[in-house]
Amino acid sequence: MAVVRRRSSLPQAPSFTRADVEALSGEIQEPNWLLERRLEAWDRYLQTPMPYMEEEWRRTDYRHIRWQEADRLIPANGATAAVVPSKNLEPLTGDEQGGLLVFVDGKVVQLELANSLAQKGVIFTDLRSAVRDHQDLLKAHLMTRAVTPADGKFAALHAALWNHGVFVYVPRDTVAELPLHVVCYNTSAGAALGHVLVLLEDNAQATMQVEYASRRSDEQSAYIGATELIVGAGSNLRYVSLQDWNRETFEFSHQRGVVGRDAQLDWVNGVMGSRLTKAFIEVDAVGAGANARVSGFFFADRDQFFDLDTQQNHNAPLTNTDLLFKGAARDNARTLWQGMIKSLPQMQRIDGYQVCRNLMLSDKARMDSIPGLEIEADDVACSHAATFGTLEEEPIYYLMSRGITRPQAQLMIIEGFFDELLQRVPFERVRQRLMNEIEAKIIG
Amino acid sequence: MAATLEIQNLHASVEGDESLILSGVDLTVRQGEIHALMGPNGSGKSTLANVLMGNPAYEVQEGAILLDGEDVLEMEPDERSRAGLFLAFQYPVAIPGVTVANFLRHAINARMKAEDPDSKGIPIPKFARMMREKMTQLHIDHAFAGRYLNEGFSGGEKKRAEVLQMAVLEPRIAVLDETDSGLDIDALRIVADGVNSLTGPNMAALVITHYQRMLNYIKPDFVHVMYDGRIVESGGPALALELEEKGYEWIREKHLAQLEF
Ligand SMILES: Nc1ncnc2c1ncn2[C@@H]1O[C@H](COP(=O)(O)OP(=O)(O)O)[C@@H](O)[C@H]1O
Ligand SMILES: [Mg+2]
Repeated sequence: MAVVRRRSSLPQAPSFTRADVEALSGEIQEPNWLLERRLEAWDRYLQTPMPYMEEEWRRTDYRHIRWQEADRLIPANGATAAVVPSKNLEPLTGDEQGGLLVFVDGKVVQLELANSLAQKGVIFTDLRSAVRDHQDLLKAHLMTRAVTPADGKFAALHAALWNHGVFVYVPRDTVAELPLHVVCYNTSAGAALGHVLVLLEDNAQATMQVEYASRRSDEQSAYIGATELIVGAGSNLRYVSLQDWNRETFEFSHQRGVVGRDAQLDWVNGVMGSRLTKAFIEVDAVGAGANARVSGFFFADRDQFFDLDTQQNHNAPLTNTDLLFKGAARDNARTLWQGMIKSLPQMQRIDGYQVCRNLMLSDKARMDSIPGLEIEADDVACSHAATFGTLEEEPIYYLMSRGITRPQAQLMIIEGFFDELLQRVPFERVRQRLMNEIEAKIIG
Repeated sequence: MAATLEIQNLHASVEGDESLILSGVDLTVRQGEIHALMGPNGSGKSTLANVLMGNPAYEVQEGAILLDGEDVLEMEPDERSRAGLFLAFQYPVAIPGVTVANFLRHAINARMKAEDPDSKGIPIPKFARMMREKMTQLHIDHAFAGRYLNEGFSGGEKKRAEVLQMAVLEPRIAVLDETDSGLDIDALRIVADGVNSLTGPNMAALVITHYQRMLNYIKPDFVHVMYDGRIVESGGPALALELEEKGYEWIREKHLAQLEF
């Protein structure tokens, strides 16, 4: 009798070693405390099994990753910003930019910060320079408050081996009016471990967009990333992340916003690229009156697999989190959204909302949504929902009855589905570009 | 040339279902004429309107629809629209995320592209000016253009949006399916004014209504009564008044009596 055994083989681990950690730290000329933290994280990484059948991983099979291609750190090959597609480099707004930081293969190829921001004490730099120039801030905040090595196997690996990243710091009572723009572009296959650390002191404001993309390749890549958004009391951060990795990239990322008292985080996350994405996207509302809006859009086609795992943690009373994800899938693509709202006991007057709306564009695509609540307080207003729809004939007919062709009608309806989300991206040009990218996915 | 819409012996059912909703409709509408189509609920008026427009939910079993002698049944709904047919829906659907303005610009551009594949479409300033004009004419708040089509519209707003679309697209033959229902008297007058200003030598209208009320504002040249999937009575404006007085019961009895012969 044939026994069908799902997942008969365990996921392979990448072949990084402790010597890689030491070599990297030496190359960056890091102070001892940082090397020690890396090694501590490395030990934790070794002690943690490759995630596999745990609840948040069991629907995500990544065993088709070929680590022999994906676990070599991408070498910098002397490329300049000229290799980055112009759409990624286009200014976010017509007028002045606040700052532009461009990485190619993990190496800084362009770094600009408007004088007006530098004069106010705004720091916008790459993480390796920050290790040198802003040690105290990193010591206190780098992977200590938002994402920590304890978050999982890939978080620990990232903590041990991050090799490039961004550091943004906005001092107390400071408004960084002009948007900050970061582009991470890879030209060859391999591993990239990028980090984002944004730190807003009390009563500060900033707007930022980070884009991830890579050149097409037949060889596989791994992006093992972490994003930390720390929003101080009374501060306001608008943060947009756009991921468009090539179709052989596996992303494993941990992203967390920590929102302080009366602070506001408005976070938009777009996932269009990669072969497989497993992203943990979390907000911790840690101060009374904290407010977070988390928005996500995704569009999976062909053999793409997106697993977006969101969590809204209400760790203080009077906190408000509002999560809306919208996604489409076509061809054989698969998407999964797992959401959770949690509250510490006795956290009164919290308001948590989560919804994921799915648009299925093919019979062979599969979309799952698993909302959840773990609330231990009683004075709460929490709700969650997931909806699933297909392209319906009735609205198509309605548009066609005005002379619009069928393909155009379908396009308009799908774009309309995403419009509400794209409107949350604060840059008109970027919205337009994203619309074009969605259009390309629909037609492609 | 004046457009002529000929409906001949039209039989139709719901797609995939044998039972007929329309069982032999004959009607000819010429550009410049206003026809009223009345009849009790469920008699098939909306089905006729949708079959004319090409709603894929229905299937034509027999008969023909000709526009200037051309076979309309061979055309997709978008081709019918570009050929000059228009339907103001009884129940317009909401299109989330698509604004009224964006939608109408695409509708105009689709027409221009069908005529000239190289057309770049209507220039935005010209389109904006035209929209403002039409909205003013129909007493529609200009902010309307930026709202998502029919999303969260009140009943009256939906009907006005339909008439706005008609005004922008300038069809040759328009079917208005209960555009009067749900309108208060002021809105009804505005909608009727809109229809009246568009009809005339350039446009014919088939005004489907349940009540005679609308016909105080839009004066039909012909009145037809539909019953059980067929037009059972046709006449001049006086017929509408007669219906108002006697109700549809009279039609039912007359129709049943005819069937007994
Ligand atoms: N899409 C449909 N599916 C099922 N039945 C339908 C559908 N459309 C119309 N019908 C039926 O056909 C008959 C005529 O409906 P309709 O054309 O809407 O009438 P009217 O507009 O005159 O009130 C009704 O019995 C209605 O239930
Ligand atoms: Mg009807």
